[in-house]
Parts: sequence; structure tokens; C-alpha cells
Amino acid sequence: MTTRTGLRAKAGRLGKPRKATYGVLAVFVLGSLFPFYWSFLVASRDNGMLTERIPPLLPGGNFFANAARVFDTVPFWRALLNSVLVSGTVTLTTVLFSALAGFAFAKLRFRGRNGLFVFIVVTLAVPTQLGIIPLFIAMSKLGWAGGLQSVIVPNLVTAFGVFWMRQYTVDALPYELIEAARVDGCSMIRIFWNVCLPAVRPAAAILAMFTFMTSWNDFLWPLVVLDAGNPTVQVALEKLQSGYYVDYSLVLAGTTLATIPILIVFVLLGRQIVAGIMQGAVKG
Amino acid sequence: MTVTDKIAPEHPAGARRRSAPRPGLRARLARWDVKVSPYLYVAPFFIVFAVVGMFPLLYTAYVSLFHWEAGDDNPEFIGLDNFKELFTDTQFWHALENTASIFLLSSVPQLIIAVLLAALLTARLRGANGWRVGVLLPYAASLVALGIIFANLFGPRYGLVNGVLQTIGLSPVDWQANRFASHVAIAIMVNWRWTGYNALIVLAAMQAIPKELHEAALIDGAGTLRRFTSVTLPLLKPTLIFVTITSTIGGLQIFTEPKLFDAMPGSNNGGSTHQFQTVTLYLYQTAFENFDLGYASAIAWVLFVIIVVIALVNYLLTGALAGRNK
Repeated sequence: MTTRTGLRAKAGRLGKPRKATYGVLAVFVLGSLFPFYWSFLVASRDNGMLTERIPPLLPGGNFFANAARVFDTVPFWRALLNSVLVSGTVTLTTVLFSALAGFAFAKLRFRGRNGLFVFIVVTLAVPTQLGIIPLFIAMSKLGWAGGLQSVIVPNLVTAFGVFWMRQYTVDALPYELIEAARVDGCSMIRIFWNVCLPAVRPAAAILAMFTFMTSWNDFLWPLVVLDAGNPTVQVALEKLQSGYYVDYSLVLAGTTLATIPILIVFVLLGRQIVAGIMQGAVKG
Repeated sequence: MTVTDKIAPEHPAGARRRSAPRPGLRARLARWDVKVSPYLYVAPFFIVFAVVGMFPLLYTAYVSLFHWEAGDDNPEFIGLDNFKELFTDTQFWHALENTASIFLLSSVPQLIIAVLLAALLTARLRGANGWRVGVLLPYAASLVALGIIFANLFGPRYGLVNGVLQTIGLSPVDWQANRFASHVAIAIMVNWRWTGYNALIVLAAMQAIPKELHEAALIDGAGTLRRFTSVTLPLLKPTLIFVTITSTIGGLQIFTEPKLFDAMPGSNNGGSTHQFQTVTLYLYQTAFENFDLGYASAIAWVLFVIIVVIALVNYLLTGALAGRNK
């Protein structure tokens, strides 16, 4: 039988971690890190290490030599620049258009508002990726295939972005502020720019991070529509791998180079990214 | 807020006075502004969706009725022939089986591990945020990088996984040639990237459960396991359904992982006997390697219908489950 005090002590321990909890989590995090480390490890040695059953677990000194070969084999600078341009543009337009639409859906009254919003929520579940064939035909006819606009235009704004900004704007922007601005004679667009945007900045920042990462990692459509001479980072990586013989020191130097920028973002903004995912879970 | 301060000086009283003689126009403009602006603000999404989302999907159905080679200006109308061919195409059914198998192998263990991981993360950990970022790290990897790295780790001859298996006295597995083993390897890749992400979503839902419920159960004598199965799990149901639906829509379109896993890099075969070719990979091969856009469109359209039907079934099931709970 448990006594009263025993129970209270138990309740106090609710949620207190045991040592084993840390142990299991540590194994998990090491498992999360290992493939990254492995890719750096191979990139810093030569292919000889791969023939050993248990390869050396400390990096060698060849990373920069292998990285230099990446830049010689595929237009990697070009790819980096392209990826920055594409992801940057897509992030900017997605955040702007999503915030605008989110503002309208959350705070403005107009005929058809609810119906249109439900439509957006439904489109979240539509696999639009499957429309790539007509999209490819259209891009070829327009003469856009191979150009960066072909990967930017289809991603100017997303249903998820609109949904996310609307959910946040509902709570973050009091009607009183809008009314006050209206009394002062503000036009709608000024209210959006000077009242709404500052209020929804945290959600916009999270949306920006996710949009940038999604766009940076996008693969199927860029692979279809871009060519080897003018690739994004992901397409360049795939080209690096598609020889008859795979030179893993070279290819994994490429994956390491492509992953470093995102890993830096993660180390700097990890807390916000985690908060973004968890907020999204509760709001969705 | 400083916002109103910012607006005020830019609308000096003079401006308002000047427009005073003609209040009609100004008022009309303002009313027009209020009426039309919302539509302008939501328009970008609908325009983009119509042009690059809806139209291509519908046009896919149209293209699927033609024998349409890439670059062909006068494709031949063949009615439903592409679909007839598709339903007897063993490679298509094979790809559909592969997709379903990889999807199940990745989603089921992933969900279970994500829930357990979330349960560990709900403890009052020292450095809680550090642990959360730690389990989310795989999400930083691009799918392409991931595919390349795992293809190397699971290499049949020199891969590290087989090296470890042999060292501990097990026989090596041919992760490429063996159909089931290749599905397992690809599923591990998927799980590696997404488990931490889903764990955070489940964690958020767990933290939303009121603490009193756990305390009440504790006083009733429920142990850790019992509290988990009787308090935590039932309250997580909506979140778990949400995670399942989103991973279904993504999982059935899986492409990058099988494409880069191939021992013949650049190949779209999904292995020498298509043992891990998924439907989207087959679609890609048909359209952009064999340039048969009509047939590829038929594949896309069938996969689209399958995904929509599964999403609907999910949705209806959710409704039924939620109804029964009340």
C-alpha cells in the first residue's frame, strides 16, 4: 500500500528523467549525426578506406582536395548561386503572398471567404507534384525549360504558407489596431504593411525558414526541367553521382559541401525551427 | 505599438482638408479599397494554384488519352488505350507493390518510434532544446545527399552496414538485389530523416495534455506504462491521424530515395529487376527517359486517384473514430 506521502513524492517525480532516458536520447542523437559524419569521413580520405571491413573512424587530410575536385567535375559554384537565387526568391514571394492572403482570410470580411479558405485547406492534400508532365510541356513551349524561372514560378506561394499565416494572424492581430489605422485614413495595403506585418513577424520568420529549406532540397521538378550546365545544388549532386563508376570520396565531398550551409542554419536557428514545428503541430 | 506613430505623420491634416471638398470620390475610393483589396490579397495563391497546380493536373488526364511523345506536335488520340495497357503492365503493378511495401515499412515503425521518442522528450530534461535540435538534425539533410550517403552505407560489397554485420558474425545482406532488403534499406533512410521531426509534433501534442490527468491517474494507482496507454495515447489520436495522413500523401510519391539508392547511378530502373522502383520513379522513367508523355500521364493520373482515395478513406475513418469517442 502506498502512503499519502509516498504518493506525493511520486507525483513530484512525474516527468523527472532517469539516467537511462539520457542514455537512449544520446544514442539517438549519435545515430542522427552519424551519416553526416560518415559522409565527411569518406570525403576526407580516399576510396581505399571503403574496401576495409571496419574503416578508420577518424578523418583524414584529403577533404579540401576532394572538395576542389567537386568544383572541377560539376559547375558547383553556379549550382550554389542558382540555389541561393531560387530559394531566396521563392522564400520572399511565399512569405509576402502568404502573409497578404493570411491577413485577408483572418481579418477582412469578403464574400466567399470561408469557401475559399476551405478550398485552400483541401488543396493541402492534393499531390500537385503529379502534374509535372503538362508543366514540362508548358515550360518547353514557353522556352523556359532550363532557366531558373521554370523552378521559381511554380513555387511562388503555397497553400501551406497561406494556411499557416492565416492561423497565426487570427490571434496575433487585434481588430482594434486595424480599426485605429482605418480611422487614421490608412489604405488597406498600408494597414497590411504597417500594422499586420509587424504583428505577424514571428510566424513569417518560421515560414521563411521552412520555405527556404524545402526549396533548397527540392529535387524532382528541378531534375526534370533544369540541365546539367545550369543546375541547382541537388541536381548537381545527382550529376556528380551518375557516372558508371562512383567515386565516393568525390560524391560525398559534394554532399558534405551541400549540407554544411543547412547545418549552420540549424545550429544557429535550431531553437526557432523546433518551436516552429511544435507550434505548427498544435495549430494544425 | 509604434505602428500608429509611423502612420500619423504621413497623413498630415492638410491632406485630409484638401480632399474635403470632394468627399464623394474619396469615400468611394475608400469603399472600393475595402471591397476589392481582400480579393487582390488572396489572388496570388489562386492564380499560381490554377496555373501550375490545377491546370497541369487536369491536363494530365487529357495527355493520358494520347500517344504523346516528347516534342511531338501532333500527338495521336488513342482514347483509353494507355490505361488498358497500364492495367496489364506488370512493371506498374510491381512498382505499386514496392511503393506500398516501402511506405508501410517506413510509416509504421516511424510512428511507433516517434511516439516513444516524444515520451522520452517530455521528461524535464537538462538542456531540453539541445536534445530536440539533436533529434531533428536528420531533417537538415537533403534527400539527395541522404540517398547518396545511404547507398554507400548499404553497399552490398564494401558498405559499412555489411562490414558491421560480418564483424559480429552475421552474414552480409545484399541490400540492392534482394527485393525485401532493398525496401528495408530505403525505409530506414526515410525513417532516419523523419522520425525526429514527427517526434516533435507528437511531443507538442503530449505537452498540451493537462498535467492533472496524469496526477489523477497516478493517484488511482496507474503505473508509468498504464498512464501512457490509458491517458497519453488516446489523447494523441488526432495528432497521430494528422501525422499518418501527411506521411501517406508524401510516402506514396516517394521518388528521390529509390532513385539515388540504385547501384547503377543515374539509372531510373530502381534496381536491375525493378525491385525497388516506385510508381513515381516509373512515371519519371516513362516520361523523361523514354519520352512517352501520354503513358506517363496515365500513370500520374492513376497514382493521383489512389492518393486521393486513400486520403478520403483516412478522413472518413477519422470522422468515424472521432464520432465514436463522443
